[in-house]
Amino acid sequence: MKETVTTGSLESSDCLIRLEPSEQLEIDLETDVHEAFYEHIHTLISDTLEEMGVQSVYVRCKDQGALDFTIRARLIAAIERYRELHDG
Amino acid sequence: MRTDDLEALLDVLELRDGMRVSFHHHLRNGDAVMNEVLAALRRRGLKDLHLYASALFPVHTEAAACIEEGTIRHVTTNYVNGPVAEEIARGKLRGEFTMQTHGGRARAVLQGENAIDVAFLATPAVDAEGNGSGIYGAAACGSLGYAVEDHACAKRSVLITDSLEDFPVPGQLSASHTDHVLRLPSIGDPGGIVSGTLEVTRDPLGLKIARMATEVIRHSGLLRNGVSFQSGAGGISLAITEQFNDMLAATGTQASFFSGGIAAPHVKALERNLVEKLYDVQCFDEEAIGSLQRNTGHIPISAGDYADPTNASRVIKDLDIVILGASEVDTGFNVNVTTDSYGNLIGGSGGHSDTAEDSKLAIIVAPLFRGRTPLIQERLFTKTTSGEHIDCLVSERGIAVHPANDKLAGRLKAAGLPVVDIETLMQSAHAYTGRPKPITRGDAIGIVEGRRGDVQDTLYRKAG
Repeated sequence: MKETVTTGSLESSDCLIRLEPSEQLEIDLETDVHEAFYEHIHTLISDTLEEMGVQSVYVRCKDQGALDFTIRARLIAAIERYRELHDG
Repeated sequence: MRTDDLEALLDVLELRDGMRVSFHHHLRNGDAVMNEVLAALRRRGLKDLHLYASALFPVHTEAAACIEEGTIRHVTTNYVNGPVAEEIARGKLRGEFTMQTHGGRARAVLQGENAIDVAFLATPAVDAEGNGSGIYGAAACGSLGYAVEDHACAKRSVLITDSLEDFPVPGQLSASHTDHVLRLPSIGDPGGIVSGTLEVTRDPLGLKIARMATEVIRHSGLLRNGVSFQSGAGGISLAITEQFNDMLAATGTQASFFSGGIAAPHVKALERNLVEKLYDVQCFDEEAIGSLQRNTGHIPISAGDYADPTNASRVIKDLDIVILGASEVDTGFNVNVTTDSYGNLIGGSGGHSDTAEDSKLAIIVAPLFRGRTPLIQERLFTKTTSGEHIDCLVSERGIAVHPANDKLAGRLKAAGLPVVDIETLMQSAHAYTGRPKPITRGDAIGIVEGRRGDVQDTLYRKAG
């Protein structure tokens, strides 16, 4: 069974998000603006997960300089698809 | 001597460790000469050479290998990207790394401050006397502006060509300064000589910025008969040049000259009789090369005649308007075009600092952020050009005018253009990107030299 969900792309100013089952909440973030914005993006992801009521999942985000609204949209879409896949 | 044999030529040049060897960049990313010469110098076991190249591109892999092995100890250039940039940014260069401006390099060569031992000059066409031109030959590249001072001042000047012509070649490199002529099967790949970047932007943000910059020019008070203008080969710059041409035509204005690097839109202006002269230090595309062959108003000039600050008749001392880019700008209007915000070497001044200082109106055009990285920073990673020489920054969310030029601010406001404080522009970008954490710098790796040889800034490695 396919358990992972992927949204987004590796285009410039986009991000690729992958969700996989996990016992805990894990965020694996790689970004080309690491030095200036790693914490900002990490906080954005964890806040969005909390807002969506996600308690355990592995999030892989490969960011290519996406802005907040892009990352949020990609992540929310991934969470919804993940829920369809696992709960639906 | 005149030979087809590189090794025979190198034998007579009496090369020694530590010599300064120069190259120009008119063949850009199609250049085969530097790799071939440097590989031969490396095979000969020479050490500690000073690579004095007007610019370095991705094609220049051999220079990176020479740095790695110690064949090259020092590098001085005006613009660098590709493997040499990566090598230097990794701290691999044993000696000094200096970034000059186009005008500053010409000045340093002419004044003997940077004495060149051997100039290896790729020359698309050479005649029997040893005159050289960039207009003819299989690897025609147009103006050879950045080769002229090296050719005239080097202790030994070698013209390297793949086209020895039977007819006399009237060109920028006069036989009186030529010591040797070397013929190789090919000096470069024409596909890489004319860069592929020359497209007018189709990006809506870029077009918006271009339109606003054109309005700045319209209301600057400088649009009159005799106006002079310079713009580079970036997508936004080319769009502005086309719009500027149309504005000249619509207002019945004739410009006196366009200067610097010349591309199709500049040629179009000359051929529509919208401008009297093109002062061409470097051709960017086929159109420009063709125009040099047929248009008497299209004049190739040397780097010294273009921008040497000590040359009283340099072309850009009469320059009204220049359009310039930026990778970063700070709130004092200082500009970085040398590195990105994270310390990667991505270019260099070229003529940026020269034209910013000499022009009456220096306009920076750039989007407020690229990816998540904001243009306007509280602190630059590298300062290339002093803010005091910049008049305004045109972005998609408004025009910031340097406080020293309130006359311009007044004119633009009166014309209804969106003049905003540079701090406000920075904040409005941060609303999208977030506020960047200050970037930690690594060790110093070189210096940015101003056009008079002064130290403008220190270059640092990336941290970690």
